[in-house]
Amino acid sequence: MSKKPSVILQCEDISVSFDGYKAIQGMNLTLERGELRFLIGPNGAGKTTMLDVICGKTRSTSGSVIYNSSDGPVDVTKKKEHQIAGLGIGRKFQAPSIFPTLTVFENLEIAMRQRRSVFATLFARLTAEDRERVEQQLVMIGLQDKAPWRAGGLSHGEKQWLEIGIMLMQEPSVLLLDEPVAGMTDKETDKTGELLKEIAKLRTIVVVEHDMEFVRNFASKVTVMHEGKLLKEGAMDEIQSDDRVAEVYLGKRRNADASRSTA
Amino acid sequence: MTQTWSRARIWALIGYAVAAAAMFAAPLYLSDFRLNLLAKFLAFAIVALGLDLIWGYTGILSLGHGVFFGLGGYAMAMHLKLQASGGRMPDFMDWSGLTALPAFWKPFESLGFAFLAGLLIPGVLALILGYVTFRNRIRGVYFTILTQALVIIATTLLIGQQAYTGGTNGITGYSKIAGQSISSPDTKQMLYWVTAIFLVVAFVLCRFLVKSRFGKVLRAIRDGENRVRFIGYNPALYQMTAFAISGVLAGLAGMLFVLHVGIISPSMLGIVPSIEMVLWVAIGGRGTLIGAVLGAVLMNGAKSEISAQYPDAWTFIMGALFIVVVVFLPGGVTGLVERLKFRKRSVSEHEQEAVRHPAV
Repeated sequence: MSKKPSVILQCEDISVSFDGYKAIQGMNLTLERGELRFLIGPNGAGKTTMLDVICGKTRSTSGSVIYNSSDGPVDVTKKKEHQIAGLGIGRKFQAPSIFPTLTVFENLEIAMRQRRSVFATLFARLTAEDRERVEQQLVMIGLQDKAPWRAGGLSHGEKQWLEIGIMLMQEPSVLLLDEPVAGMTDKETDKTGELLKEIAKLRTIVVVEHDMEFVRNFASKVTVMHEGKLLKEGAMDEIQSDDRVAEVYLGKRRNADASRSTA
Repeated sequence: MTQTWSRARIWALIGYAVAAAAMFAAPLYLSDFRLNLLAKFLAFAIVALGLDLIWGYTGILSLGHGVFFGLGGYAMAMHLKLQASGGRMPDFMDWSGLTALPAFWKPFESLGFAFLAGLLIPGVLALILGYVTFRNRIRGVYFTILTQALVIIATTLLIGQQAYTGGTNGITGYSKIAGQSISSPDTKQMLYWVTAIFLVVAFVLCRFLVKSRFGKVLRAIRDGENRVRFIGYNPALYQMTAFAISGVLAGLAGMLFVLHVGIISPSMLGIVPSIEMVLWVAIGGRGTLIGAVLGAVLMNGAKSEISAQYPDAWTFIMGALFIVVVVFLPGGVTGLVERLKFRKRSVSEHEQEAVRHPAV
């Protein structure tokens, strides 16, 4: 077995501008294998854009994202979205994006790690092993009773879990989650927290989050962004006692909360 | 639960068996005239299946299937015309001042070549169009407009190149197919069965496609093309494949159409016929194969009945039907049946929402 580098993802000097507006300016982010990292910051700090760059949704203007895949290091800024997903970087969007007219089971079936070519899917059979994998996933996300439902009929929280399930079925090494608890009830938020802790045992996760209560539940490293730049990185206690963070982030929390409630 | 489901399945199978039996036995109870009409409708049903695959299942609206249909039709017409000309140059070429048969016409003397060309030319054209559009993420309304442009290009070329294509009149005046007189009742009956068999083959093929994992990915693309990308599929390849298969089916339908109708001309593959094809699918019910077939057969049946009695009324009726379907029955006739079934099982609002708003 080859020795795996302890760093799984290294974003160096990432800049993104949209028609002159600089959403991200020289951002660095390094993730260790198996880490659970929270990315926080006020609205417009560039958190979601950062995830977009990593998963290929947005092209960075400059900088590189080196991903240490099982086949060696790759600069994913040069790859297409489906290739990045195939390399093992999964993404969950803020608004639950599932396939509403497929059943819950089918949603997971097509997401399953498998060959993605047209030919392969034409003749793919659902083997007993496949079925078992999907069923295990259903149990993990708590939707085992809803397998034959059309996904469009699920509640908001259930859709979020299904999307996490869709992502996990790909067996990614890195998961990028954008506000996984937005719009959830307290009970659903707790359940999602448990789910995240479970997943984090095996994989590297980056979570963009507004809900500070939720972040406090996890003893993990937090990265604070502000105006497209890295402001502070460290444990939650350090972050909370930092004056600059308090100024830019906590001072603006009221706005952030207001926008979240309307989201 | 499983028991009722399997009972539903048995009923569905009985339904299909009865429909197939009725279709194959049609020569026993229909007059020659009506049999010929039905044969034409069955050919249309094959285009409808292809359109349903790309529109109903993949969410891509093509208003250009007349072109694929027409290419198939012209391929067969060229063969039939050469047969009728008995080794000489077709009459319309003479009138346009050509002195020798153009080289690209020559291979069409073989029925086998004409048949393959009628399938492959539309398929390859669809593949090329799909390649340049889907790969560049041209979709939605923009794609639909492009398909309309394709129709205009095709009809303009066909009309303009009169010496090679027969121009506005198209290609007509056939006599024989595979050595048999094309107008004899026996041949017509045989051609009807050939069409029915091809419809069954097309239906089974489409059913295999939509039930496979490939079909699930197509529906996933309809639901959220971007999401599909982020789970590692390249949607462009899937869209191209579905579009090409759809083009091949339209070409097949065009060939069968020419056999029954005895003429192909640019007006049969223009803007209006291309849109009509989509209406059959919309009214029958997109996203269900049987809906597409029923839509094509019933709409055309109604068209010939109503046009016979009130020649001017059909266009208005069709327009009104379309509006009714768009506003009240987004899933078409089969969608209505589904909704009634769902109502019994009291399914959530979301589900109906999904039926109401499939991607265009």
